[in-house]
Amino acid sequence: MTNPAKSRGIATCGIAAALGAAALAITPAAAAWEPTRPVEFIVPAGTGGGADQMARVIQGIVTKHKLMNQSMVVINKSGGAGGEGFLDVKGSKGNPHKLIITLSNLFTTPLGTGIPFNWKDLTPVAMMALDEFILWVPADAPYKTAPEYVAAAKAAPGTMKMGGTGSKQEDQIITVAIEKATGAKFIYIPYKGGGEVAVQLVGKHVNSTVNNPIEAVAQWRAGQLKPLCVFDAQNLPVKDKIAGEMSWADIPTCKSQGLDIEYLMLRGVFTTPGATADQVAFYVDLLKKVRETPEWKALMHDGAFNQTFMSGADYAKWVEKEEGRHRDLMKEAGFLATTN
Amino acid sequence: MEEIVNLFHGFAVVLQPYNIMLMFVGILLGVIIGVLPGLGGANGVAILLPLTFSMSPTSAIIMLSCIYWGALFGGAITSILFNIPGEPWSVATTFDGHPMAQKGQAGEALTAAFTSSFVGALFAVILITLVAPLVAKFALQFGPAEKFAVFFLAFCSFIGMGKEPPFKTVASMMIGFALAAVGLDSMTGQLRLTFGFTEFLNGFDFLIAVIGLFGIGEILLTMEEGLSFKGRAAGINPRVVLQTWRELPRYWMTSLRSCVIGCWMGISPAGATPASFMSYGIAKRTSKNGDKFGTGEIEGVVAPETAAHAAGTAALLPMLSLGVPGSPTAAVLLGGLLIWGLQPGPLLFVEQKDFVWGLIASMYLGNIVGLIVVLTCVPLFAAILRIPFSIIAPIILVMCAIGAYTVHNSTFDVVMMLVFGVIGYVLKKCNYPLAPMVLAIVLGDKAEEAFRQSLLGSQGGLGVFFSNGLVGSIMSLGLIALFWPLIQRTWTRLRPAPAA
Repeated sequence: MTNPAKSRGIATCGIAAALGAAALAITPAAAAWEPTRPVEFIVPAGTGGGADQMARVIQGIVTKHKLMNQSMVVINKSGGAGGEGFLDVKGSKGNPHKLIITLSNLFTTPLGTGIPFNWKDLTPVAMMALDEFILWVPADAPYKTAPEYVAAAKAAPGTMKMGGTGSKQEDQIITVAIEKATGAKFIYIPYKGGGEVAVQLVGKHVNSTVNNPIEAVAQWRAGQLKPLCVFDAQNLPVKDKIAGEMSWADIPTCKSQGLDIEYLMLRGVFTTPGATADQVAFYVDLLKKVRETPEWKALMHDGAFNQTFMSGADYAKWVEKEEGRHRDLMKEAGFLATTN
Repeated sequence: MEEIVNLFHGFAVVLQPYNIMLMFVGILLGVIIGVLPGLGGANGVAILLPLTFSMSPTSAIIMLSCIYWGALFGGAITSILFNIPGEPWSVATTFDGHPMAQKGQAGEALTAAFTSSFVGALFAVILITLVAPLVAKFALQFGPAEKFAVFFLAFCSFIGMGKEPPFKTVASMMIGFALAAVGLDSMTGQLRLTFGFTEFLNGFDFLIAVIGLFGIGEILLTMEEGLSFKGRAAGINPRVVLQTWRELPRYWMTSLRSCVIGCWMGISPAGATPASFMSYGIAKRTSKNGDKFGTGEIEGVVAPETAAHAAGTAALLPMLSLGVPGSPTAAVLLGGLLIWGLQPGPLLFVEQKDFVWGLIASMYLGNIVGLIVVLTCVPLFAAILRIPFSIIAPIILVMCAIGAYTVHNSTFDVVMMLVFGVIGYVLKKCNYPLAPMVLAIVLGDKAEEAFRQSLLGSQGGLGVFFSNGLVGSIMSLGLIALFWPLIQRTWTRLRPAPAA
């Protein structure tokens, strides 16, 4: 009697050995792990958004500069505010050929909807950048500074419309933070994506937005929108003239304008639960190479990103701190799902 | 005049042998993508995007936009031959296209579809060439209330339009709305009707529903009716294209109207799907053969196809000039633009003349190339129907399953597709129309979103839907369309009265 399971096991062993031998033949230093089939890059958001753009740029760079011997495939799993994507990666334990790029919905989706997921279900790889938030108003709006804007909002309570991406996500969290800090009241109107929000502001269907730089830069340059302040502790680093005499660096921080709010959004990469140190090291190294390419630098420059890079324990610690902050922010705003 | 000079400069860029080769490759890939249900233009372009990173931006956009045109052309093929629309805007094409194929007129239907697509696209490109800046301004006027009004008009032009009793249409539409409500409520960020199943997080995707309802439902029906395709009798006639062309100029009025509807819908953010449905509905009302719509009228193929293509093409304009994509495929193209270092937006037309006019020139040429490619294949496509059902049915089934799986890479979707297949079969047997349900699944959550965004802005006041000329007139049109059957009946009842 042969045990089928056992014989299959032997066969697999044989194949693995053969593959191992092949790998040895190609790369003498066989200690390092490398992907053996195409790597799926999950985007927990729709096509065309900030996370999707970044994932596709990374895919393009990896392909163009041949940074990996396997191909990379970008897959959008945007269902349930990204919950679909997170649950997919959570359920792929032991499959190291899967990465996911995250935005703030890494925290807000499980907190707001109560789906069974926490970032600790994933293995952190690296922080690629932090995305900034800027307070935008139409170019011909009467207010020129953040305090003037806040005063206008207070003067007409409940009529100022703030447009933003999604509900109970970063844009609305910032809006609530402004309300708490100033006592002004806004009507928050959620839209599907950042590009749509910018155009709604140009069309004056809303009074202000807190778009990311890259989402509104085109309208700024065309003289349709103007930035009031940036929600960061220091000014943006990019000094090239963008709109007339203004550069990103000329936008004052909200804090300096008396609006003490800081918010940065994670653009980070995670992989599946149970990934080994070797596998994580491979991806960290890959992403470091990506960051060295001119295409990546151009993207960082155009989008005025905060270019902090972290990996390993630092990164995990940062994410943990950020989760606590989101829990507090969402609790204050009353956005937590009842199951939490 | 400057536009014309720029355009000719654009032609010079496009007419390099390398770019023309890319054009043919793009169209062929696009047709293949369009034929495979589930793959769809957006996914196809996304998959092929990395191929273009090593090209110059102009060559890359030529290839990608040709894939887009190819996919638009290809979507009509499966709709007509197998009653499986590969894209939301092909649904209206099945209403008359598939009955035509069943009558043995697959060649005529395909020729009409392809030619109308071409006419629609051409009309939209000419519009883009001449009035791009003006048109972009018009798109800015569309806030949530205006958007809702357009969806409202699309739904209303549907009720009372079909052969089925209006109440069955409404019932079917309501089931669609209920299905569209499943998943995340984008206004509050809460999960709705998921009953704790994570599989339902994403809601019911249109493609899964449509592949099941139409594709699988059709196969079940055919099995019941004795395992044969009705279109089998169709002869392969290489002259079918020319014969159909002789017939088409008769429908110039329908074409023109559909072009206008299509361009309007494409520029407003509503897109190609409401355009195709609206255009079909209006053609049915105004045509003297209106009663025969749904039984295989060539006019019923011309109307939706023209409008869908005009809209699909016109949708590229808001993308280029505003940076807002009018369709999912345009969204992926937008991602591409950013990777090539181009910033879509109001300044693109000023700063990147070569690129923009190269793209517009490639729209002209790409559509001509596309038309030639697909028309030469018409007899070939029509011949597919001559393959015995016992061979083709399993192939369709496998293709449907692959298509359903591709949408979200999930096997659960394949199961859902089969469930929808059974539902489709049962509804058809009970004489409930499927199209309103599909329309509601596609547009339901968008309409709801726009409705609630408007009400948030107005703090609950319904007056917002009549607050300016634009939104007010679209809403009024919608109400007229909704009550048209009643108005018509009263009218005919009153008319003979004075005479008597």
